[in-house]
Amino acid sequence: MTGISSPLPREAQHAPSVLRNLRVLLTQIAAIADSEIQKLRHDPVELFTRVIQPVLWLLLFGQVFGRVSGIPTGGIPYQSYLVPGILAQSVLFIAIFYGISAIWERDLGILYKYMMSPAPRGALVLGKAISAGIRGLSQAVMVYLIALMLGIHLRHDALALLGVVGIITVGAAIFSTFSLIIACIVKTRERFMGIGQVLTMPLFFASNAIYPIALMPPWLRVMAAGNPLTYQVDALRALMLPGYHLAFSIQTNIAVQAGTLVVLIAVAAKLYPSILD
Amino acid sequence: MSRWAIEAQDLCKRFGSFLAVDRLSLCIPHGCVFGLLGPNGAGKSTTIKMLTTLAAPTSGSARVAGYDVSTEAVQVRRRIGYVPQQQSADPDLTGFENLLVFARLYGIIEQRRARIVEALELMDLADAKDRLVRHYSGGMVRRLEIAQSMLNDPEVLFMDEPTIGLDPLARHTVWERVAKLRETHGTTIFLTTHYMDEAAALCGIVAFMNTGKILDSGPPHELTAKYGSGATLDDVFIRLTGQPLAKSGTHA
Ligand SMILES: Nc1ncnc2c1ncn2[C@@H]1O[C@H](COP(=O)(O)OP(=O)(O)OP(=O)(O)O)[C@@H](O)[C@H]1O
Ligand SMILES: [Mg+2]
Repeated sequence: MTGISSPLPREAQHAPSVLRNLRVLLTQIAAIADSEIQKLRHDPVELFTRVIQPVLWLLLFGQVFGRVSGIPTGGIPYQSYLVPGILAQSVLFIAIFYGISAIWERDLGILYKYMMSPAPRGALVLGKAISAGIRGLSQAVMVYLIALMLGIHLRHDALALLGVVGIITVGAAIFSTFSLIIACIVKTRERFMGIGQVLTMPLFFASNAIYPIALMPPWLRVMAAGNPLTYQVDALRALMLPGYHLAFSIQTNIAVQAGTLVVLIAVAAKLYPSILD
Repeated sequence: MSRWAIEAQDLCKRFGSFLAVDRLSLCIPHGCVFGLLGPNGAGKSTTIKMLTTLAAPTSGSARVAGYDVSTEAVQVRRRIGYVPQQQSADPDLTGFENLLVFARLYGIIEQRRARIVEALELMDLADAKDRLVRHYSGGMVRRLEIAQSMLNDPEVLFMDEPTIGLDPLARHTVWERVAKLRETHGTTIFLTTHYMDEAAALCGIVAFMNTGKILDSGPPHELTAKYGSGATLDDVFIRLTGQPLAKSGTHA
């Protein structure tokens, strides 16, 4: 010391406790998620431009394919059958480009300061994942409104709505974290754009989003069974469409979603700092 | 508590075959304002990135605020602040929201709002706090970043060219705040600058760096005395780096 006393950071004056540590961790996760809400509040235009794509799918694709009689939807009108699939798709499309925003934040210098903070990398990743979930939920609100306008009847009991919120949040978190991992590997916007396009199509078509798995050739069925989107769509159909029967059990569904998310978060937390290199 | 606020031993950083920082060693006492000077590409920012745990040293070791930057990174991060050379505020958030993100990331819970407002007032940004940062001037962004770096009451504050893009008045404000921070909190400050007058006015110790190596260091008056009577830090810079200041620009 050179005669000037250096006070400890104010935090250090509090006795550490498990409860306090947990509170700090939640605050750190909320830091990132809340900044996303603020951004949407400052510029909500994006929420509306994002609606165009699902509207087109439901109106154009839904109307035309609704006339095809051979699609085994289990007695549900095709347009209704399509709604949960298109919701899951639009959440996927938002989430899968989340890695770009991480690259963008790095280029703006923002990410350096995130990484400089004592927040655990896992908290930063989880905060981002929840941000994607928030955007996904705003998309769900829009899709419900469209369905209402098209006269499509959806379940709206509390349990169903709560379930939809859960599935959308977890689904968006899974694909945005996957996207973040890719961003950490490819590191530049240009390369990411190329890969993002290549990934979304197979994820979308090798799933039950617009047709049941039963229609697929066997090799595609295998792919669809390994695709988290398939499970999300299955769960969403059960939660949104009256009279839909789950293709997979609830236990399988929860295990697949939770397992995938935990693994992805762990990998992303490990890789996140390398996006700075 | 360790004797030094910052100590580095044979710190090296290699990018491919290029050695950006070459066996750098230094000891900086608590409460010191230390200035790292040198031409563009000397390795100043790379040194700061290693000391702030953003970049892993290729070899060598360093302790900041008593903790090892490689093995105790989180402990180091809790105790330091950092103003990066490039702008780094989020343009899509307001000034207040920018600081809020960091207050939360630093786990500041008590009096969070008051502390943010206090930091903004200190940097004369209270009136602009609810405006989006994309509408700030360059100088305002810089002051916002400085406000942010002080939020967690750092023991050691790293400022990489804190006054780039600031008008003379704003530069003097920053000098005042830096001096005050050192006086009132005993904060150790590690800064880089291309303004020799700034270094002379602020720093208790300066070190001249070129091609990754520290060439000479000491209190400004001792250095100037050593390089001839009536010499200024500009003269020292030219003598040591063999480069006139005009060539070495002020921006990266
Ligand atoms: N990520 C990197 N990959 C490759 N080379 C790098 C990288 N970062 C820095 N360098 C090189 O290391 C050298 C030192 O860079 P550094 O940014 O530390 O210089 P500086 O002293 O801060 O310069 P300035 O005054 O322009 O800010 C430069 O030659 C730079 O090109
Ligand atoms: Mg630099």
